Amino acid sequence: MSITDTAPATPEVSTHHHQFDVVIVGAGGAGMRAAIEAGPNAKTAVISKLYPTRSHTGAAQGGMAAALANVEEDSWEWHTFDTVKGGDYLVDQDAAEILAKEAIDAIIDLENMGLPFNRTPDGKIDQRRFGGHTRDHGKAPVRRACYAADRTGHMILQTLFQNCVKLGIEFYNEYYVLDLVMSEVNGERVASGVVAYELATGDLHVFHAKSVVFATGGFGKIYKTTSNAHTLTGDGVGIIWRKGIPLEDMEFFQFHPTGLAGLGILLTEGARGEGAILRNASGERFMERYAPTIKDLAPRDIISRCMVQEVAEGRGAGPNKDYVLLDCTHLGAEVLETKLPDITEFARTYLGVDPVHEPVPVMPTAHYAMGGIPTNIKAEVLSDNDTVVKGLYAAGECACVSVHGSNRLGTNSLLDINVFGKRAGRYAVEYANGAEFAPLPEDPAKEVRELVERLRGANGAERLATLRKTLQEEMDKNAQVFRTEESLASVTQTIQELRERYQNIGIQDRGKRFNTDLLEAIELGFLLDIAEVVVYSARNRKESRGGHMRDDFPDRNDADYMQHTMAYLTGDAHSADASDHIRMDWKPVTITHYQPMERKY
Amino acid sequence: MATAEAEAPAQEVGAVQAFTVTLIVRRFDPEKDAEPYWEDFDVEMYSTDRVLDALHKIKWDQDGTLSFRRSCAHGICGSDAMRINGRNRLACKTLIKDLDVTKPIYVEAIKGLPLEKDLIVDMEPFFESYRAVQPFLIASDKPEKERIQTIEDRARFDDTTKCILCAACTSSCPVFWTDGQYFGPAAIVNAHRFIFDSRDEAAQVRLDILNDKEGVWRCRTTFNCSEACPRGIEVTKAIAEVKQAILTGRP
Repeated sequence: MSITDTAPATPEVSTHHHQFDVVIVGAGGAGMRAAIEAGPNAKTAVISKLYPTRSHTGAAQGGMAAALANVEEDSWEWHTFDTVKGGDYLVDQDAAEILAKEAIDAIIDLENMGLPFNRTPDGKIDQRRFGGHTRDHGKAPVRRACYAADRTGHMILQTLFQNCVKLGIEFYNEYYVLDLVMSEVNGERVASGVVAYELATGDLHVFHAKSVVFATGGFGKIYKTTSNAHTLTGDGVGIIWRKGIPLEDMEFFQFHPTGLAGLGILLTEGARGEGAILRNASGERFMERYAPTIKDLAPRDIISRCMVQEVAEGRGAGPNKDYVLLDCTHLGAEVLETKLPDITEFARTYLGVDPVHEPVPVMPTAHYAMGGIPTNIKAEVLSDNDTVVKGLYAAGECACVSVHGSNRLGTNSLLDINVFGKRAGRYAVEYANGAEFAPLPEDPAKEVRELVERLRGANGAERLATLRKTLQEEMDKNAQVFRTEESLASVTQTIQELRERYQNIGIQDRGKRFNTDLLEAIELGFLLDIAEVVVYSARNRKESRGGHMRDDFPDRNDADYMQHTMAYLTGDAHSADASDHIRMDWKPVTITHYQPMERKY
Repeated sequence: MATAEAEAPAQEVGAVQAFTVTLIVRRFDPEKDAEPYWEDFDVEMYSTDRVLDALHKIKWDQDGTLSFRRSCAHGICGSDAMRINGRNRLACKTLIKDLDVTKPIYVEAIKGLPLEKDLIVDMEPFFESYRAVQPFLIASDKPEKERIQTIEDRARFDDTTKCILCAACTSSCPVFWTDGQYFGPAAIVNAHRFIFDSRDEAAQVRLDILNDKEGVWRCRTTFNCSEACPRGIEVTKAIAEVKQAILTGRP
């Protein structure tokens, strides 16, 4: 990449070296669950650009699904079916079976580790309803989500961190991983480590490893209205992409129905699980028209589309008729204060609306990437439809295994990070214990050093905040809940221009200590790469399925598109024009028990 | 309800006016400055904006060198605890409208932890105290399923499970400011979370740790911590319960 570089020479960058059997990148739920598995069995390090407890797992609210059947009849097989149907049949069913089956142990593990779940009157883990989770293949909503008030993610993150402390896991906090090191062994490219930038000092660190686990989370910041943290900039997915490893199903992005209007702050689906109702301006419970059986507990893709449609057809509430209302008023103060305390507070703090007395303005918010780094059920990363990259693993939102298909069910992501985080840790150790350290290339930090030095000296005329804002606003406008060839072409053009302008950015902080200006510049580079792949993949799928709704191709088309998208980097990752460096391909969907059917709720 | 919203006059949204707010931020760049200093910034804000939005506006439009931590931006991750007008708060949870904007807003790093740069402090001493209280469940049984816990037993420690480790409480504590060895409120809160958990077997171990001269007895009950907590945890009450448990020898 050629960032303008006419600034005075920056002080020399020091490079440090470390060696671990297993290196885990990311300290959210998936990363720490992997660490708990790996730590006792191999020399393990966790590297995170944040302090672990800042990770966005902590923002998850409503619950984690597992067919415990603590409060009513349930089975992991029903859970599998719901997951497959929820994902509009683009789910790999072998992976979904593992997810649903291992969910039960995953919940018990967490409870045994100390997680303070809400309890039933007889002291067992309590369960609540959630969107798309049903009894006996769609007959009625089922209580499957294990929860701790509306702080389930917080409790999972804290519990996993507590257990990492207990096990003495070695953390490298505020180290920003910028490259995956790969080495050639017997003619094969294998993972051999990562290169990280230490925020506090500006130094570089090479971590030599036998196994590398990516658990770097999502990239919601390609959008403006999002429930995601500022730090969710897709760095891990971007690193993998730049290494020439394909990305799967990137067009499928989930818009959570109930973001606080105008702000995008998440209000859990658990609110509807407890009985809250979506209403339009006239007070009508509009989901009855769209999903007569499970109404407000239809999956997120469906509800988000219905909300946008209600607003588009003039039935939105508020002075500008641009949102709908989440009505919790009939739940009563006690349910809100005990089972939904945090979202009650969010509405009060950020909108000045008290959910006890008035409905809350909501609209869909960019929430979750179904796609990502392709893996198999052992969390091994794939370099094509079935070739494993030795020593490389991915789990959690950054990965695509694919248990979510084209639309994830609520509570299945906290489950995913626990089931596949644990698997990533287990298989990373298994590989490390049977492998030698692959020799590192001569100067593994070279590219990162050049990137950091160029950007630290970048004094072009473009402001990164302006470019980022343009990207986010245009993505909201053109690649959100509804998409068309026209809108996607428009945002393709925008991204190309932004990628050209990015070559001419300037930053103001030339220092080495906590240079967050530099950090944001690097993050923007990843956002532009990821947005490009998302939009390119979306243009290539000329059908509507799950989270990908094409107004110009409104129907699901199994004959042509019942397959995963695979996007390959074929040229210069930093070139502005996507068509000269992205190639699209397909990968079959694994079907075990459930043939695709029409998806009705 | 819904209709009341819909009937609101259309000009209301357009009527929201931006206004200029002055932020006075305590700056420090260890590579340049011998001492911290205060710097003024004027920013255009709306009343529903947060202090974090104001800091972003400065960083993104005026001065890219301004350094602070933030992540989730809605009070859950605990990254952006800072002193705002002399009180510890999360910048992402402090709305401009709740401050007196006729006067400048003073923003500085939390106190009592080593200053690194601008609003960033070294959190390591804080996490060291946290780790020292053994903040994890200690139980010898190996249940096949979940442990049984009554709703009442679960409620006993609910308040202290809410902690997000932002350090707003600890860095508001005058005892902590003068004695960096003191465990501080956050560590005690996290000890409380396990001491009063019916599933845990090591309450006595933690009570012994906190019976130290740098333990709970250093607390002077000034209530700064309870006022500072962005999660509304009754921190001083939790500390008092730990003191009581040490005196009676049981949780």
